[in-house]
Formats: sequence, C-alpha cells, structure tokens
Amino acid sequence: MLACAVLAVGGIVYAADHMDAPAVKGQSTDITDLYVFQGKNKDNLVFVGNSQGLLAPGATGAASFNPNTLVQFKIDNNGDNVEDLVIQAIYQDGRINFFGLCRPSYTGTRNKIEKGNFLGSVQVTPYGANHPIVATGAYGIKFFAGPRDDPFFFDLDQFHRITGGMATSFNNPGTDTFAGTNVLSIVVEVPKSLLHAQKGTINTWMTTNVAESSDHAK
Amino acid sequence: MTIACFASCQKHTPVPPSPFFDQADQMGRPAINTVFIGAPDKDKFNQITPAGMAAAFGSEMKSNLLALNPGYTTNLLGLTADQFIGVLSTDVLGVATNGPTTFYDGTHVLTGRAISDDVIDVELTLVFGGPDGKANPGLTSDNVDGNDVAFLPEFPYLAQPH
Repeated sequence: MLACAVLAVGGIVYAADHMDAPAVKGQSTDITDLYVFQGKNKDNLVFVGNSQGLLAPGATGAASFNPNTLVQFKIDNNGDNVEDLVIQAIYQDGRINFFGLCRPSYTGTRNKIEKGNFLGSVQVTPYGANHPIVATGAYGIKFFAGPRDDPFFFDLDQFHRITGGMATSFNNPGTDTFAGTNVLSIVVEVPKSLLHAQKGTINTWMTTNVAESSDHAK
Repeated sequence: MTIACFASCQKHTPVPPSPFFDQADQMGRPAINTVFIGAPDKDKFNQITPAGMAAAFGSEMKSNLLALNPGYTTNLLGLTADQFIGVLSTDVLGVATNGPTTFYDGTHVLTGRAISDDVIDVELTLVFGGPDGKANPGLTSDNVDGNDVAFLPEFPYLAQPH
C-alpha cells in the first residue's frame, strides 16, 4: 500500500539538491548541498556550498568552476526571508574571488557582484594536492575552493527502488550511494559578529546565478 | 550609398555587456525541491525567491507530502501537515548564532546543518514516523548513518577528495 502511494509522487528523487531540476542538471550551476555550522572557533560560522556532485575520482581532475557562474550565500538576519547580506564567490583565472558581507545592491533573482566590497581570494586547490589551500581575507575570514569528498550520505539507490515499487523498505545496513564520490566545494568561515543576527538566528540559502553576458544566459 | 551603410552600421552598435547575474539554482534545506516539488515545477522553483515560495508551492508540497504518506497525521515535532509544510515551504536554512548548530540532535531542532548531521533520517522520520517517530520503521531510516570518510577537525572540515 505504502509503496504504491510513494510511487504516486514525482518518481525520481535526487538527494539533498543534487541534480534537482532539468535546467541545471549536471552543470556548473547545479547545487548539491548547503551546510552552515559553528566553526572550530565557536565565534565563527562556516558556510559550505557544494556543486557539481557525483564526481567519480576519474572525472574530478577535469571538473572546474565556471567564470560565468556566481555562487552566493544569502543571509536574512531580520526574519523577513529577504537577503540583508550576501557572500559572493566567482571564479577567475584559477582563483575564487569573494565579495560582499554587505547589503546587496539588488535582492531577488537578479543580482550584481558587489565589487566595492572585496573580501579576499583563494587559489582553487588542484585535484591531487596533498593539503587544502586556505586563504585568509578581510576581518579574518577564511576561504577554500576546490574538490572535496562529498560529505553527503544516503542510500539513494534503495530510495529509488522504494519509489519505483521494487522495494517496500530500506536495507539494514544501507549502502551509501555517495561513498567514493567528490564535489566542488566553496567553504567560507566568517565571524558571527559580521552577520548582525537579530534574536540569535539567521535564515540562509545558497544560489547559483548565470552572467547575463554569457552564452548560457536566457 | 554612404548614408545607407551608415544606417545599417547603426543597427550593429555594440551594447555593453550586462553586469547582472540571473538565478539558476537555489537551496535552503536538503531535499526540499527534490522531494516535495513535482518534476514540471522544479525549474520554476529554482527561479523564485524564498519570500514567494509558500504562496506559490505550499499546496503542491502538501499534496506531495500526503501522496508520500497518506496516513500522515502529525510528526515528532507535533506538526500537522499544514504546519509541517508551513515550515518547509519557505526553503531557507535557519541557523543559530548563539548556540549549537544542527539539523536535529535530539534537543536542538533546525538550528543549522552540520556536515555530520543525518538529515535524511531526520526528514524520513518527520515524513513517515508519525507522532512518536516510530511508525513505518522500514522507511524512517536508510541505515546509512555517516560519511564514508572522516571529516577534518579544522577548516575546511570537508575531507580530501577520493
């Protein structure tokens, strides 16, 4: 009974946000996951934005950030679900440049790079490097960009069998579909004081945006 | 002849490139677009802002929740279907700036998302587990409890690629 009901929903589920929609599937704009958590230093928050998931080791060397794709962490600090701050990341010549921690000049789905608020930049860590390259910028913010083990874990294959009517429950133990796969990650660690949270909380989300001046613009 | 050329040249005056970037994908909490938005609307969902999501997608998300679990009454958080979708339909990640940051650790609820959080089990339990989290035991956990490799104890926290 339950399997039939589950069948009735949309069908294929890709975990977290991996390959969630036809227009972004498999491209540099395809977000896989957002994580936000206290840093090792509890005065800081860490923002992790992952994209281009399910990279096999053999495909990871060729994966790269796109200079026409703007990656953003959007932050609402007064509870109205409109961004009050942005942290922006964009690739150029082997590096990711970061801008923001300011009120964005445009909110919503059409944005500009906040060029007057440069925060720092980091060399993209090459696949095969023994250690991650870390840079420190304005206000002590830390930056990383490059391939990482995908931290996401889920028996997605079994979930597909359940929604496809070929199974009625998960296995025990399950098998992590994402084991052994990589993603492209942008990681930023920011002092909490710069986020100006009201009432001890912020709402945050991640976007990817395409340059209107590029071939991929609509 | 010169005038005709000048007229046609005018049509090809270069326009400065736009400095704007248009939204292509977005994400707040894990699995929201993938699970609760139907295939025809996934691209549309990615084009909307959080402030507009509940009005545009709330009823579709509730239908999909009830299609997944027709027996849904409330969940471990005590939320009715309307209340649960009320929380989920604005797809933002709430993060505490004054305490532990976790999707759910038994005490703190939706105060962030740590890389070690088993968000899938949390969401499966909230969808299928009923009022005490124990209903549908074959569906409330995928029995994959952690990452395949250890995370780093310090920045950038994510492990070396395979």
